[in-house]
Amino acid sequence: MSQKRGLGGKPSFFFSLGARSIKRLLAPLSDALPRIVFRLTCLAILDGFALWFFWKTVIDGIWFLAAAIAIITLGINVIFLREDLHPFRWLAPGLALMLLMVIYPIAYTIYTAFTNYSDTNLLTKQQAISAIEKEVYLPEGGISYKWTAFRSSEGKFIIWLISEDGQMLLAKPEEPIQHSPQNNPDVGTLDQENIPLTIKGYQRLSRIESVRYLQELSDIEFGLPPDTITIRSLDVAAQYERRYHFDRLKDAIIDLETGETYRAVEGTFTSSSGITLSPSFHAPIGWRNFYRLFAGVAIQGPLFRVFIWTIEFAFLAVFTTFAFGLLLAVLFNDPVIHPSYRKAIRSILLLPYVIPFYLSILTWRGMMNPHVGIINKILESLIKFSPPWLSDPGWAKAGILLINLWLGFPYMLLITTGALQAIPSEINDAAEIDGASEWQRFWYITLPLLLISVGPLLIFSFAFNFNNFNVIYLFNSGGPPMPNTPSPVGHTDILISYSFRLAFEGGRGGDYGFASAITIIIFIVLAIITLFQFRYARIWEELSENV
Amino acid sequence: MSRTRQRKIKLSIITVVGIIAIIYALFPVVWILSASLDPSNSLATQRFIPSNASLKNFVEILSDPVNPYLHWMLNSLKISSITSILTVFITSLGAYAFSRFRFRGRRSLLGTILLVQVFPNMLAVVALFLIIQQIGHYIPSMGLNSHGGLILVYLGGSLGGNVWLMKGFFDSIPRDLDEAAVIDGASHWQAFRYVILPLVQPMLVVIGILTFIGTYGDVILARVLLKSAEQYTLAIGLWMYIQGWYTVKWGLFAAGALMGAIPVLILFYLLQDLIVSGLIQGAVKG
Repeated sequence: MSQKRGLGGKPSFFFSLGARSIKRLLAPLSDALPRIVFRLTCLAILDGFALWFFWKTVIDGIWFLAAAIAIITLGINVIFLREDLHPFRWLAPGLALMLLMVIYPIAYTIYTAFTNYSDTNLLTKQQAISAIEKEVYLPEGGISYKWTAFRSSEGKFIIWLISEDGQMLLAKPEEPIQHSPQNNPDVGTLDQENIPLTIKGYQRLSRIESVRYLQELSDIEFGLPPDTITIRSLDVAAQYERRYHFDRLKDAIIDLETGETYRAVEGTFTSSSGITLSPSFHAPIGWRNFYRLFAGVAIQGPLFRVFIWTIEFAFLAVFTTFAFGLLLAVLFNDPVIHPSYRKAIRSILLLPYVIPFYLSILTWRGMMNPHVGIINKILESLIKFSPPWLSDPGWAKAGILLINLWLGFPYMLLITTGALQAIPSEINDAAEIDGASEWQRFWYITLPLLLISVGPLLIFSFAFNFNNFNVIYLFNSGGPPMPNTPSPVGHTDILISYSFRLAFEGGRGGDYGFASAITIIIFIVLAIITLFQFRYARIWEELSENV
Repeated sequence: MSRTRQRKIKLSIITVVGIIAIIYALFPVVWILSASLDPSNSLATQRFIPSNASLKNFVEILSDPVNPYLHWMLNSLKISSITSILTVFITSLGAYAFSRFRFRGRRSLLGTILLVQVFPNMLAVVALFLIIQQIGHYIPSMGLNSHGGLILVYLGGSLGGNVWLMKGFFDSIPRDLDEAAVIDGASHWQAFRYVILPLVQPMLVVIGILTFIGTYGDVILARVLLKSAEQYTLAIGLWMYIQGWYTVKWGLFAAGALMGAIPVLILFYLLQDLIVSGLIQGAVKG
């Protein structure tokens, strides 16, 4: 019945009119007017701000942000102007933030998976082209000049140039070269060699002074790139020329010195004979990353073993924390215990949950140090055995589960305590009267009821542990290492830390494209597992039923 | 077996398990407490009861001018409080819609929120870095190295798993309550604000605390987005401080860690009753 009623406030309000007085009808309507005005005002302010932001981003060519602002603003306007979309008004702030901070990074990761984005390809194509176009060369028969340097009191230089045919030029670093500088009012009278005696703000250098500054001077590029003049010797300065030109129509870079054509091949401009220009840029490379993953790493590498351990770890992590948390919850929920004790014990047991996880993991790592850690010292003195937590695969896995149990059981204790106290005691009482033992009651009544209410949380917990990078990486960085693997991998590495290593510790710097490809595969695997679990737990059915 | 005997057995089992659990839970905490009081500052020589206990480590970490501990803590408290308050607000709005309205796209939206949760977001930091950099280009207070930008990123996750938790809680409150209010002429907003919100208060506290703990302990996003020591949160400041050095700065690390946990501890234990009752009610249906 409430399926229909749930459609919104307005219909049910009007349907209920019949029996109500006129006064009742008018009151909410006059209430509604200020609300509508308020809503429209807010919308106008938001739109104004969004328009300003949108305009700025469009001018600067930041297309993604511009598109995001446009979509979000349009969406909010539609939602708030159309009455039938009113449920979305409640979701608008969350959805806008989710779009920007969650969905966009996912889309970006998917895009990156199909590119060769890496530490050596950080630039975009446009950035790479302008970097390459800045390069210059010194032509064989280029024009050469006689030069005279001037120096300002701050140590800045300017040079006066005279070509062989008597042309005069004035050049400063990072500024266009001035032609016919003798007309410049800053330039004083010329001597018999056509060199000015003074230039405003600068001191003319004698030949001896020029020798002193020669090293410094020959490092300077005078003029604005790519048209620059450089001092080559005490007597000669010569003009460099721009070496490369990007031909937009051919989508290729032409070498103006040799005439060679460089075409963009997967992020690097390459000539027909295979010579490449640097820097490279990131470019789409199709399914290459996935191919590399499945044909290369998956077959040669220990991917399967890593995958199995990931499943084991995620399952054991959920199981141990849940079992221990539930055990404690059941025991301390027992009426035998005085309520004030119960609260005190619970306070202590919840302690691990409130300490920031990275502090806890590092503390555990220190305590489990095989040589100086307190746990090993105690075990050594008690049972003459010190577990090799860091070097033996089995013990390393046990150590990780032990730490994870410590980190995770308080949460499970909290939620199972909540769920236990919510189970109506009549059910248990009835079973007790029917002669069920305490164990039977727990196993056949309490546990199934409990699993229904905490089921979704357990599935979330499984997904979280599947990608629990922190505990794996902070404890032992995935170690101890497996021998004879093509790329470094450890016995305790799970998929996410393995992909982190492949992508960032593979000796080639950060390979974001490849890492993104692995991320997507992990996501697909995990999504299938999660959806399957949800189906199994019949949570979708409950979703559509509960009203 | 007589009832009293059964009771005795039960009590002794509970006592044994309880003692083991308490030792397990407390051991690292006691150990770090002892390390913080041990002036020798080294992992290797630490004893359980330090021979010459002193507050030297605490004094040292609090008075280090290069690493402004208290300043970091204030940053953390500010960021975590703002994030958790806004998250509670956004989450409860969303949960109300999912619980009370039936609209097209409701199920697929809930499903999307769930699936997005399982995306391994290790690489998302690259994209988040870029977008915060771009936003900061126009609004510097929301850009890189700003607390505003960091909070914005944290809020991106506010419509996440919490919505599921809160929706379950809203479902447990009889719809007749707010429907009656709506029939009496209240708007949905009024019904939500004055009828529902007071009833779900424990759950709001739960979500708030969970968010606070999560934000307070985050090292990954804070590390990517915050650049200067002035802007660091406590987690990232302490992290950078001990990184690679923690065996020789063991005592300082311990002192810093202990004091860092105090705000969360206080908050958690002040609100413990509300949290537990919130979770209990969350599991009640109808």
